[in-house]
Amino acid sequence: MIAGSLILSGRGSSARILNGVCLLLILAALLALMGADIEVYRVDPWQELSRIGRGLVQPAWHDLPGLAQALGQTIAFALLAVALAAPLGLLLAMAFRWLPVRLLCAAVRSVHELFWGLIFMQLYGLGATTGLLAILVPFTGVFAKVFAEIFEQQAAEPSRTLPPGTGGLKRHLYTLIPQSWPALVSYTRYRFECALRSSAILGFIGLPTLGFHLETAFRQGQYPEAGALLWAFLLLIAGIRLWLRPRLVPLYLLAACWLLPETVGFSNGGYLWRFISQDIWPAALLEGDWAALQAWYGDMFSEQVWPGLVQTLLLTQIALVLTGFVILLIYPFASRALAGPVLRWPGRFVLLVLRSTPEMVLAYVFLLLFGPSGLPAVLALALHNGGLIAFLVANGSDAEFKSPIRRPDDPTGLKRYAYIETPRRFPALLALLFYRWEVILRESAIMGILGIATLGFYIDSAFEEIRYDRAFLLILVTALLNMVVDSLSRRLRRLARTDRACRY
Amino acid sequence: MPILRRFLALGLLLPALAQAETFVFTAIPDEDESRLQERFGKVADYLGEQLGVEVQYIPVKSYAAAITAFRNNQVQLAWFGGLSGVQARRLVPGSEALAQGYEDQFFKTYFIAHQSAGVDASDTLSDALRGKTFTFGSKGSTSGRLMPEFYLRERFQAAPEDIFSRVGFSGDHSRTIAQVQSGAYQIGAVNFSVWESELEQGKVDPQKVSVIWTTPTYPDYQWTIRGDVDERFGEGFKDQVRQSLLEMKDPDLLASFPRQSFVPASNDDYGPIEDTARAIGLLDE
Repeated sequence: MIAGSLILSGRGSSARILNGVCLLLILAALLALMGADIEVYRVDPWQELSRIGRGLVQPAWHDLPGLAQALGQTIAFALLAVALAAPLGLLLAMAFRWLPVRLLCAAVRSVHELFWGLIFMQLYGLGATTGLLAILVPFTGVFAKVFAEIFEQQAAEPSRTLPPGTGGLKRHLYTLIPQSWPALVSYTRYRFECALRSSAILGFIGLPTLGFHLETAFRQGQYPEAGALLWAFLLLIAGIRLWLRPRLVPLYLLAACWLLPETVGFSNGGYLWRFISQDIWPAALLEGDWAALQAWYGDMFSEQVWPGLVQTLLLTQIALVLTGFVILLIYPFASRALAGPVLRWPGRFVLLVLRSTPEMVLAYVFLLLFGPSGLPAVLALALHNGGLIAFLVANGSDAEFKSPIRRPDDPTGLKRYAYIETPRRFPALLALLFYRWEVILRESAIMGILGIATLGFYIDSAFEEIRYDRAFLLILVTALLNMVVDSLSRRLRRLARTDRACRY
Repeated sequence: MPILRRFLALGLLLPALAQAETFVFTAIPDEDESRLQERFGKVADYLGEQLGVEVQYIPVKSYAAAITAFRNNQVQLAWFGGLSGVQARRLVPGSEALAQGYEDQFFKTYFIAHQSAGVDASDTLSDALRGKTFTFGSKGSTSGRLMPEFYLRERFQAAPEDIFSRVGFSGDHSRTIAQVQSGAYQIGAVNFSVWESELEQGKVDPQKVSVIWTTPTYPDYQWTIRGDVDERFGEGFKDQVRQSLLEMKDPDLLASFPRQSFVPASNDDYGPIEDTARAIGLLDE
């Protein structure tokens, strides 16, 4: 820790600080490797894996209307949620210098969509409202944060042309928003792809999106059906630029309202009060029995919070560093400058598969291969997030390829990778990795099938046992942890001066 | 006015206004989950004819979602497992177990093992289980979690985490079988009815995975109804529902569960399940 703060506080070139940060992260991961629950078991997976493989190669397309409906609803939730969350986020971004706004955004952002879904399900039943809110709420927090960061990066000159005393709203409307408009739009577009993934995954808890059918097919071992759903989702994501035309968006929004599933049989909204006044508090607190309350908190802390926290942090740290290696390994295969205009397409396809396949599916395959431990979780998280960031890094490289920076005497091949592309991409890569840190942290939580007791494992158990008091406490702890990691990564980013480099 | 309702749900973020008097039911996701809507849609049609009200089925993804929907009156009737039924009835005072499957009077759990684990079938849980890897089914399942955990604790006087080197939750009976068959886990606990139907369909390789122990029998799945349905749907509605369930004879409908017939059940039948859940700390008090 002391050595770490020395490296961090040492005044040096930004490259030196960057190296220090990386070294520190790798060191922490190596330490975590010693404490983490990682083991390889002897398994016999080939029968099951060959069935999965066959399902992917020969997907069953027989239920096309059902597939179309699931796709439509996946898009509907994502589209409407983003259409509402982006303007809300913009409003909050304008007020982002107020601490309460920042805290609120950090809080809503730090709870996983699935957990928001589980919470809203208690209030609004299974239906459109639950699905929309589950995406809308955390996304609003993310939009607010990123939009505010985009505003920060704008040049100050235009704003000086305004008369003195111009209010914040006018300042934003006349200078900051027009200045940053392309960045805002491009981020919203990227976020829409994230929303599609979130929307699909909400099916895991019962909303009628793609994940609903995917999870069913997967857990029933109907791999041809699962294959069809996975392929359909890949095509949907791959084709976003083709089908999401700005001019068609209003039409899509109307269609989305029409496509939202109807809430069946849910009549009473009076559960909100019961939920916040009773359900989420331990019985001992409601009865005012302080000794029992103390015992309850003591037990929760020693049996779930602490061990869950430790496992979550260890796995996250290893996954984070492994993600970095995955990115460095695969981004060149998708970059125009390194792989060439044609050969980058297979690379792009691999990245598409990695970032669009839910981690749960990846984790299941690795579970079959290596047996139950932290290993499948770490691999699944690293490949999924690595695929996502490598895609963004490769895009950055391609954007530069078209720009005037390029020179005819630039080296090619491995030299270009080592001396041009990687050094230029690295600050952005690191910034993206820090941004994904909190995502990895949230996602490491969903690995109950591996028999690893992370915080998310206990949250899931609490919901299954209808013990919302426990779920609430554990979600609170997870959210706090997320906020700590978030502020830490912001600090690291400032030190490494990667702020301006990229913003995803 | 579905469009208006959707806009309300969207714009005001309010739950959609409910259709006046639709009787809604759900079923915990357990055995074959494919084409749920189609299969349970037929059950809904049957109940609609019998009861003379509109009946709808909504699919859910987890035991907890079924319980929540029942508690919040989004569904009035549910096909629960033993444990989820107990949990639901504790949350909704006045609710009642109406009927259970014929098979549910003597349900059981199989412990299965991969051949490489080297555990032979026996009359008791073998000491050879210690230190192996083990997976339950879903966390809220009676046959995949509650009963196997109870018998493990009784036999070894220890929590599952202390008996096995690793304890997972596969989330589903089919997956438990797949994971033990692939050797990802060495031992698993599975609903006997799912095991037998997968064996019949040829999905199980007896060379690789076999039953090593069977639990004593216990009561499991049942239909549970909310106590306030008579107020809402008219005097005697609850009895009518019970009657319709008991008279369901069409094999095509029964295959959705899959049960050979339904027999009467009461809350008291599930006393042992409640005691067991308390004993292993899944229920408070």
